[in-house]
Order: sequence, then structure tokens, then C-alpha cells
Amino acid sequence: MSSSASVNSNTVQLWSFPGGIHPPERKAPANETPIRRFPIAPELIVPLRQHIGALGELVVQVGDYVRKGQALTQPGIEHGLPVHAPTSGIIVEIGDFPLNHPSAMRGPGIRLRADGDDLWIDRHPLPNYQSSTRLQVLEHLHQYGIAGLGGAGFPTARKIASANGIDVLIINGVECEPYIAADDRLMREHADAIVRGTEALQWLTQAKRVVIAIEDNKPEAITAMQSAAQNATSSVIEVVVIPTKYPSGGERQLIQILTGKQVPAQGLPLDIGVLMHNTGTAFAVSRALEKGEPLIERVVTLTGEALATPCTAWVPLGTPVAYLLEQAGFTPERDQRVIMGGPMMGFTLPHLQVPVIKTTNCILAPTRTELPAAGPEMPCIRCGACADVCPASLLPQQLYWFAKSKDYDGLKTHHLPDCIECGACAYVCPSEIPLVQYYRQAKAEMREQAIEHQKAEIARQRFEARQARLEREKQERLERHRKAAEAREAALAAREQNTPAASEGDNDPVKAALARVKAKKAAAEGATTSSASSKDDQVAAAVARAKARKAAREAENQTSNTPAKPSAQNDAPRVEKPVSNKDQVAAAVARAKARKAARDAEKDKDS
Amino acid sequence: MSWIVGIAALSILALVAGLILGFAAVRFRVEGDPIVEQIDALLPQTQCGQCGYPGCRPYAQAIADGDELNKCPPGGQATIDKLADLLGREAKPLDAAHGNEDVKKVAVIREDECIGCTKCIQACPVDAIIGATKQMHTVIADECTGCDLCVEPCPVDCIDMLPVPEKPERWKWNLEQIPVAVLDATQASSSHSVSADEEHR
Amino acid sequence: MSFYVASSPHHHLRRSTADLMRLVLIAMIPGILAQWYFFGWGVILQLALAIAVALASEALCLLARDRAPSSGLRDYTAVVTAALLAVSIPPLAPWWIIVIGTLFSIVVVKHLFGGVGQNIFNPAMAGYVLLLISFPVQMTSWLPPSSLTELPGLWDSILVFLFGFTGEGFSLEQIRRVESGTLLDAIVMATPLDHIKTELAQGFTLSEAKSAPIFSGAAGMGWQWVNAAYLLGGLFLIQQRVITWHIPGALLGSLGLFALIGALIAPDHLPNVDIHLLSGATMLAAFFIATDPVSAATSTRGKLVYAGLIGVLIYVIRTWGGYPDAVAFAVLLANLCVPVIDQYTRPTVYGHREERS
Repeated sequence: MSSSASVNSNTVQLWSFPGGIHPPERKAPANETPIRRFPIAPELIVPLRQHIGALGELVVQVGDYVRKGQALTQPGIEHGLPVHAPTSGIIVEIGDFPLNHPSAMRGPGIRLRADGDDLWIDRHPLPNYQSSTRLQVLEHLHQYGIAGLGGAGFPTARKIASANGIDVLIINGVECEPYIAADDRLMREHADAIVRGTEALQWLTQAKRVVIAIEDNKPEAITAMQSAAQNATSSVIEVVVIPTKYPSGGERQLIQILTGKQVPAQGLPLDIGVLMHNTGTAFAVSRALEKGEPLIERVVTLTGEALATPCTAWVPLGTPVAYLLEQAGFTPERDQRVIMGGPMMGFTLPHLQVPVIKTTNCILAPTRTELPAAGPEMPCIRCGACADVCPASLLPQQLYWFAKSKDYDGLKTHHLPDCIECGACAYVCPSEIPLVQYYRQAKAEMREQAIEHQKAEIARQRFEARQARLEREKQERLERHRKAAEAREAALAAREQNTPAASEGDNDPVKAALARVKAKKAAAEGATTSSASSKDDQVAAAVARAKARKAAREAENQTSNTPAKPSAQNDAPRVEKPVSNKDQVAAAVARAKARKAARDAEKDKDS
Repeated sequence: MSWIVGIAALSILALVAGLILGFAAVRFRVEGDPIVEQIDALLPQTQCGQCGYPGCRPYAQAIADGDELNKCPPGGQATIDKLADLLGREAKPLDAAHGNEDVKKVAVIREDECIGCTKCIQACPVDAIIGATKQMHTVIADECTGCDLCVEPCPVDCIDMLPVPEKPERWKWNLEQIPVAVLDATQASSSHSVSADEEHR
Repeated sequence: MSFYVASSPHHHLRRSTADLMRLVLIAMIPGILAQWYFFGWGVILQLALAIAVALASEALCLLARDRAPSSGLRDYTAVVTAALLAVSIPPLAPWWIIVIGTLFSIVVVKHLFGGVGQNIFNPAMAGYVLLLISFPVQMTSWLPPSSLTELPGLWDSILVFLFGFTGEGFSLEQIRRVESGTLLDAIVMATPLDHIKTELAQGFTLSEAKSAPIFSGAAGMGWQWVNAAYLLGGLFLIQQRVITWHIPGALLGSLGLFALIGALIAPDHLPNVDIHLLSGATMLAAFFIATDPVSAATSTRGKLVYAGLIGVLIYVIRTWGGYPDAVAFAVLLANLCVPVIDQYTRPTVYGHREERS
């Protein structure tokens, strides 16, 4: 709101992106007080997946005592990102917990009862990372669970691994979404650490240019970062102030603002030599290297008029939202909304037992007067306001028609996959159409279709491969039979020829040898049959059991359909008992009875 | 005399136009997929045989030869509509004689009951079951098409067809279907529990 | 307790369709006042009847389509349609003219095509064209501006509107006659554009045509002020961000450009820029009719093309067509082109720059 041009000492060229909106910012009052620290919640739920990508492998068990910072999972074969204990305590449960996801589905997690001591595990910082190899540092960051704190939570080390020698490294401190002030406060209070983390990222990527981008509505953060950047050892870091507009902080939009280039559709920023990290990530990197602290807490904005004391706070990952809101003085009203994330892109929580994870930057509890619920959806009047504000230059209105008529080809040709779901279109829509919701559902459906199509393709290939194999085996069998027959004929012919010659000489020892072999084989067979018979019995019994069960089920079906013929029904339960002992005779009886029952059932069906 | 000129002019025009058309037909011919391939691409490839043919490809061939479109329960109405669209035929409702549309399922073997008879392996049209004689078998869930063909041959009846569990990654944003959790009253200043349907207007 | 589940964004610019339409109606007030001042009570009567008929027919249509009439009526779109039609027709045209026009606009053009947001054509202009073609006499019977004649009062206006005669028994034709020296029937032609067309057709030059008393101002007495008033309202709409400058700018720009070229080529036979921009329904079209979002093009480039096309068509039809003014025809023809314009003016989506070039 108080955007001051004085701090804007930009000498670099800036570009613009099409569209965008200027919703009320409402960063105050949350950004006015220093970052707070609440007492640790009595119980924390640490989801195993707090990021995009593979899960780590569990290395703790129920009942284990863990210390703060101890790894709960390790990378394992899939090289997943580990999660760490946010405080010391005892693991009371490993199971499925509500996920940090709009669907409120459950997923694997660990319930940790805090002991209140908050005891650290031995920390292993890597302060002189420059003397290690790049791979070692990346492995360190991975082991310490560093993930992107801005967007989807992509593992940082993985992101950097393929980004050696890029042109521009962008540290995103834009924080364009209303209400959110986590990065703002972090930059004001920990500018030096952020700059040091940025230097580490620069060292890892060997970027030629490093840009810390901040919107001009955060003058204090800009000043703090500028002075920290001036004190930095690396001189390539520049703080760039960009005009306030939503969604400037979107990865693709910010790249366009700073470089004038567009990330190719379905491509990555790396394709045009750009890598972007959040300020929070840079801070986490510096902590992991300098203090040896894994990513176990982050700054969360707690805001909205339903809270008595809106603020920002250091929150251990895994803290339930209910506990946090309680600390901030939450008085819910009727039909209260609790939004995880900002008002533009956040999602509502169906309940508050959801934990804070690596990507949670804001919890917003607005009153109804503050952010009124959406009104009824009215017909589209084709005003085109949505197209004017779309930062991706899409035609939201056309997409809406296509999505409504489930025309997925049309959606593809109108580039729905390039929608970043920023919500600008729905924000301006005079008919209050929930456009983003339509797009999300269409996207999910398209993704589902793509998966199904891929699966169908694989199934087809497997089916065809199998058909080919069966055919080949059949041919081979025929070939073998043919050869065997030929060999037999040849042998027969040969014997006829050789009989006179062979009968005279040393055929006795050969015969003796053959007889010996036969005898041995017979003996062996006898042994195996005796040992195998019991196994066979078991199998037979199992088969009989299953058949009986099948017959019983069929009989039941019969009775449920037609209440006639109680005989089949009566037979079936009786079958169970004799089968249960492993007597062969009994099994045979059971088989017979089952067959009879089946026949009866069959008859019932026919009659 | 003028009528000769007229006829001649028209003939020459027709000839030229014909030549152009003929040339275009050869030069710009679209190499389309044979129709069977296109039909096959629309079928769900479960290879379940519910249509009465031994797999999707044979059914595609049969459709191309004039069989009905509505014999594929795994594909459901969506597939029927697409086929009708492709072939310019009328879309009929699914023929119930071949089964009903159902949720996606996956075969799961109760492994402690498996006797290792390999019958299901032989039945599986996509080789999605691994195991060996007298060894426990198991289903590769990712490759299973949910065709149901392994259930019948199993002599000990240890194969279940279970619905594919929903994952957050494949959630379809059905906000209306989110179960509304009713928590303990200590948190509720006003315990107003409406159903999710009502909430979402 | 349960929490409210909703889809993002959770914040909304609180400006509904109804708000937009209300602003459009407010912006029309200066123009309506100017029309009232120069052409008498007729415009008010037309407005009242048109709005009443529009609301009634809208409600009936919604009922017939199984929609809640309340929600449809509250968005004011029917009122805007009625108002646009009412200010477009001659002020003292008989009452059944506006009734037929409004009914056609709402029932056929709007609801038979699927209601709000679905109509291909601008309902008001389609209604206007229907009336113009069906009732050419009534639809061209404009009154001379008040400075040239004594306009009938409110009571007489009502009588003429309803029955065709004033209290003293004068017909509309007689009212329209302007006592002005000897050339009695030469000035019956009411609108400046009409006047120019007739004069030019009769072989007079433009300057001769403009010597008529109706041209005592720049572009026709009264008419220039009505246009100026609509321009004022239009600027208000732009200032309120209800419309963008693209459509009015492109429309007036292309019309002005063509008028300028025409005037340079044949200054004696083709009216100049001022006449084109300030007479007839030019400003009304530029700011209120062509900007109807439903029937206009979507993208910014599309809007420029669409409005530019309307400007050209207005010029062409005014100059060579059979009717004196051309806004309605031009808008309808451009409406027809909207799908094509939309198809070819799709903006390049982010990340697809290379594919296009």
C-alpha cells in the first residue's frame, strides 16, 4: 500500500506481463509485528510427503524417542526427500493422517508427542562448503530436507542438480498474494542469512547473475535486503524492485518481468537458463549449511479478521492448524472459512487437524464481511474482463465454455495446461463464475484421461506381446514335436539298420546302466510322492474348500433370488466341517458334495 | 457456332478441374490410420473379453466389420460416444448383457491363501501376475487392467477385485464430495454442521 | 464444527453484472437529457414503455425457460436493451413501435438464442433493424430540434404517442412541419444525415445541403449536443472501467479516418469528419452499442478489429446505402463476423511465442 518510489533504485530494465490485477493487499497488520514463536504444540503430525516427488523410507518406529532434527525418513532407493522431527519427543503413531491437501484425504504420517524439552540432535554444519564438492553440498541439502518453500515444494537439491552454469538465479521475494507476509518479515529480520543462502545457491549453480526480486509494497524488506546485499562478499547479487501487481510472484511471470523471456510451454525455467528459489528456501539453505539445522520450521502468516492477533510466526512443521489458530486468538463464526495459503490461490480446510508443512506460508481465517463468500454463479456475459487480466494471455471465457461442455480437445487447443490457476479471471468476473474451479476439474479430468490412455497403451502392448509369445511358444512346441517325431523315425530307421551289428557286442553293460538309472529314479519318485502327497492333500483340500465356498455362494444367490429349494442351501454349510480336517477322503467327499450342491444350484437356475 | 465454343470451353474447364482434383487426390492424400487402429485406440484395452471377443483388438476388428458399439462395459458410455463420433453411427446405451459400467478395480491376491497353481497367470491377458508353480503369486497393480479374468480360474478363490484407491495426486476437485468432519464440541463455538452439498451452494 | 469449503480465489472484485449495467444506465442519463431537451417528452415516454415491456417479457421468458425470474431481472440487462432501443427510435413514434421492437429484442434475439450471454446479435440493434425495415415511415419520423419549432408539451406528447394526434388534432406529420419561410416541406426531413442524403441525391452540393437551418451548428442542430452528451457518458464509462477505450476508439477512429479521406477526395459530395462523428447515433454506437460485451469480440485485438469494422461499415452504408444512418446495420454485420474475428485474434499464450512466429 505504501509503495515508495524512493527505494526503487533500479538500474536494470524490467519488462511487463499482460493482465494482472490489483486486489487490496491487506498485508497489515500481520506484517507489522516481529515474527513470533509459540510454545510447541503438545502433539505434532509430520506427514511423510511435504513436497513433490518420492517419499523417503521410514527409519523410526512407534515408541521411539526422537530428538529435534532427527531424520524420520531417509532417501532410500527412490531418493525421496527426508523429513525430520520438529522437536524432541516420542512417536506415538505411524499411520494415515489428514493431508495438507484440499481434498482432506489421508496419507502416511507420524504422530509425535512433544516432550517439551526441545532437545537437538547433534548438528553437523557445513560452513566451509566451498571446500567441498558440489555433489557433497547437494547431498547435504537433500539430507537436511530442503525443499522449495514458495510453491509446490520441489526438493531444492534436485532442482539445483541439473542447473549448473545457468544465466540467472532469481530469489523470489515478491510475495504478491494479498495477506501473506511471511517472506516480508523474513527479509526484514534475516536479510543477512538470506543473502548468505543466496550466495551458497549462486556457488552451487554458478549463475552469472543473481537477482533478488521484491515488490515495491515492501519498502522495509527492500532496504534490509539492499544493505545486506551490499555487505555480501559476492558482488553479482542485485536487489531488484518490481511494481506491485498480482501475480508478479508467479515463477513464469517473474521471469518475464526480469528477463523479458518466456518459459516455453511445458518447459522449465532451466530451458532458458533461469532458476528460481524462494527467499525462505535461501534462508533454509543458509541454516542447513551454517548451523546444520534441517528444515523443520518455517515462517507462517496467521491472518484474517477472525484472529485476535494476526501475526507471523516460526512454526515447527507438523503443528496442527487448530493449535496455531488457538494461539492467535481464533473466534470462528458461522460457516467460517479457514484458508491455507492466500485468498487467491489457497484452499479451504474442511477441518483444522491438518498440519503445517514445508509449503504452508499462510493460514487465513477471514470473517464473512472481510472476504464474502462467492455469490451465485450467473450466466457469462462475455465481457472479456477475464481475458484482460489473464497473465498467461489465455481466453478464460472460451476455456469456460469448453470446460463446461467437456470439450477436452478444445481446451487443449486453447492451451488450458498453461493456466497457472492464479485466480485473476475469477476475481474480476462480474458473473462470479468459479472459473478456476472449472479449469481445475477439467485439468484433473484431462490428466486422468492421459493416464488412462497411457495405461491402455501399455496394456495393449502387453496384450500383444503376450499374444505373440503364446503364438511363438505354440510354433516352438509344434516344431519340437516335429523334430522329436523326425528323430524318433530316424532312430527307428537307424535301429533297424543297426540291430544286427549292435546285438553282438557290449550292450549288456549299457542295459545294466540303464536299469540302474531306472531303479534310482523309481526310488526317488517314491520318496517324493510320499512327501508330496501331504502337500497335494493340502492343495486338494484348499481347492475343495474354495469350491464349497463357491457353491455356497451360488446357493445363497439362488435363495436370495428365489426362495425355492432349500436343499442346496442346507447342503452347503454342512460341507464346511468335514473339509476342515486335512483328510483326503473327507476332501473327496467334500468335493463330491460341493459338486452336487453346484449341480443343484445350477438346476435351480435352470428351473 | 457459339454453342460449340461454349461446349468446348466447359469441357476444357472440366478437364482442367478434373486434373487438378486428381493431382490433389494423389499429392495431398492423408495417410490415415486404418479404421481398426483408430477404433482400437479408443477402446480401454482392458482385454477383459466382456464384449465376447478375445481382447480389444478383435472387438475393434468386429466393430469395423459392423458389430455393435455398445458392448464394452469398462469403456462405458464415454467410449461408446467416442466410437459413435468416429464412425458416424448412432450412440446407443451400454448393452447390459455384456455387463455394467463400474468403478475402476484392481485384482488383489490374498497371498496367504494362494496355492501357486498358475491358473490366474495363464488367464491374465496382460501378464500382470507374477509367480511360479507352487510359489505365491502376486498382481502388479500398475499393470492390472481390472478385467476380472483371473478371478474365475482361481481354484481357491483367493483373488479379490478391489476398487482402485483414490490418491490426492489424481483427485478431481470434487469439492462437493469432501466429507465434512465434525470435530469435538470444545472447538465449536457454533456447531453448525451442514452437508457439503449445501455449503457449496 | 464444520468449515466452509470453497474454491479459490476466495477474494472477489465485488462488481457484478448488475453493477456494470447500472453504470451503463447512469452513463446514458446525459444523452437522454439532451434528447429530452431537444426533442421533447417523447424519449421519456418511449423509455418508460420500453423498460416496462422489457421487464415483463424478460420475466415471462425466464418463467417459460424454467429459470427464476428474480435473478434474471436483477441483472438489468433487459433494462439496458430497452433503453438503447428507446433512445434510438423517433421520440414520437407510435407506442406499438417500441412494444414490437422490445418484444422482438428480448424474446427472439435474446431468449430464443439462449438468454443472457448467448445472443449472437445485439438485441437492441436487431430490434431496431426489424422496426426500420417493417415500418420505415414511422421509424424515420424524427422531430425537428426544439430550437426550430415549438415541441408538443407532455400531455400532447402522450396523446400523440398513444393515439397519433395532439389535443388540438394535429398529426405527427403536422407537428414535424417547420414554419420556415416558403420552403415548407423541404425541412420536414428531420435528421441532418437524412437531409444530406436527400439533398445530395437531388444533385445539390454538400455546402448547399448544409445551408438548411438544421445545420446551424457544426453537425446538425441538437444532434451534435446529443452526441456530445453520449460522449460524456461514454467517457464516464471508461473512467469507471466498465468499458475500455478500444472499441470506441477504434470505431470513431476508423469512421473518422474514412470520413477524412472521403472529404479530401470529394469535399463537395462526402460529408466531413465532424458530421460523421457528431450526428446520427455515432457516439451512442461507439460507447454504448458496440461495447455490448455479449455480441462483441473478446480479445483486445479482436475488439479493435470489430469496432474498426463497424466504423467502416457505418461510413460505407451512410455514404452509399439506402438508409440515412447505418449504426444498426453496421453493428449487426460486425456481430456476424465476431466468431471469425475471435478465431484469428487469439492472443499468443505464455510460452507459445516461438510457435507463432
